[in-house]
Amino acid sequence: MSYSIFRVIKEALNDHKGWGPAWRDPAPKSHYDIVIVGGGGHGLATAFYLASRYGLRNIAVLERGWLGGGNVGRNTTIVRSNYMLPGNEPFYELSMKLWEGLEQELNYNAMVSQRGVLNLCHSDAQRDAFRKRGNAMLLQGADAELLDTDGVRQLYPYLNFNDARFPILGGLLQRRGGTVRHDAVAWGYARAADRLGVDLIQNCEVLDFRVENGATVGVETSRGFIGAGKVGVAVAGSSSRLMSKVGIRLPIESHVLQAFVSEGLKPVIPGVITFGAGHFYLSQSDKGGLVFGGDIDGYNTYASRGNLPVVEDVCEGAMGLMPMLGRARLLRSWGGVMDMSMDGSPFIDRTKIPGLFFNGGWCYGGFKATPASGLCFAHLLATGTSHEVASQMRLDRFARGAMIDEKGQGAQPNLH
Amino acid sequence: MLINHPLLGPRDAQEFVYKGDARLLQRPDAMVEDSLERFTDYAYNRDNPAGIHRELWYHEQGDRSWLVVTRNTLTHEIVGVELASEVRL
Repeated sequence: MSYSIFRVIKEALNDHKGWGPAWRDPAPKSHYDIVIVGGGGHGLATAFYLASRYGLRNIAVLERGWLGGGNVGRNTTIVRSNYMLPGNEPFYELSMKLWEGLEQELNYNAMVSQRGVLNLCHSDAQRDAFRKRGNAMLLQGADAELLDTDGVRQLYPYLNFNDARFPILGGLLQRRGGTVRHDAVAWGYARAADRLGVDLIQNCEVLDFRVENGATVGVETSRGFIGAGKVGVAVAGSSSRLMSKVGIRLPIESHVLQAFVSEGLKPVIPGVITFGAGHFYLSQSDKGGLVFGGDIDGYNTYASRGNLPVVEDVCEGAMGLMPMLGRARLLRSWGGVMDMSMDGSPFIDRTKIPGLFFNGGWCYGGFKATPASGLCFAHLLATGTSHEVASQMRLDRFARGAMIDEKGQGAQPNLH
Repeated sequence: MLINHPLLGPRDAQEFVYKGDARLLQRPDAMVEDSLERFTDYAYNRDNPAGIHRELWYHEQGDRSWLVVTRNTLTHEIVGVELASEVRL
């Protein structure tokens, strides 16, 4: 049943007794045409687009825990398409366009809020780099606006403009960027996929792949063997662990990224701000909490928690950008495990084993990519060829010397 | 995290720069026929285990030694620290 204002009124008059579960809880069938491993944002989006755009029906999503219990429920909810390189920007701009139509397509309120993402610059060189990036964005059909100090001051008069070391010289503004309610993205894709007949199977951990005559024929799970024509893996955070079952070593290290939220405050920050002198980004949720984060901790880990030095570093970034934040109290912090790839860019590709497809390596930029990742992975699974905007996100790009390295840091995952 | 430096005793991990898997110490032979594949694998692919991991830490703000730290990536527990110069992998 569709959600609408009429439905809300009808249910309100009936004490909200008629809503019912948003999706089914089916038992796994013995065989599916396509099995998606991982019921996070990317896996659910993949299933939805397979069903809605490629007309496939016999699909299952297998999730170890509960839907949306991983990084899609842990991020800082920012969406933007302010990348520079041709291997990335068309992909993220497609994602931005999908975000803009997402709620109508899913019939679900995901609280897509295009409140503007502003990257601040603090030196002439950084402004030049932003101008270059902004022009690259415009060339790919995205929006970008270079602000001077006064332009920034009109938006955010309370920032630390005259800091001796890091004066704010301007910023690159993407007005179409913003935030999206992260859990609602997972739930919206789940509900929409379920309504198209996709089986969403929770508490079903994939333990191994079954390979016969060199090709994938299914997955071994905690709920028994499930046959599959094709298997798509979208388990960022656990990619290396799962792919090692079939002897695939990935250009990925796992790192933890922490995020933070303050106590609820009155509206003060209308958009998303990133501090260019450190690594710090900040927005305010509709509940009033300031949501912010910074760097990854920088060492291999699978523990979904970080250490205090990064907490201190993030809070220093906050104070450097906006000294009045010192009066706000930190409410919570948490961590999520990232697939940090060797060039800071993701993978949507087939593997050396026929029938086994891989989606991962999202570093800490996976949330904004959710719709395009789902669409491109669905395209790959359905047609066997890469979607044109994801054609460079290949696993063999290092061997070919075709890295997509936005920052030019080289093969050092904790620097991306 | 505290890293128990073999020469200096317990030091804050913040004094160190993290480099990654200690297998980077084992450079492939450049003279064999498939050295290109070996070097690609060496430079870009990682085991990335969940559990015990041997990894390189550089004491940049200390005595500038390279250490091989054996650490559990699930718990952050450090179970061994050696000087990289004395390590046999």
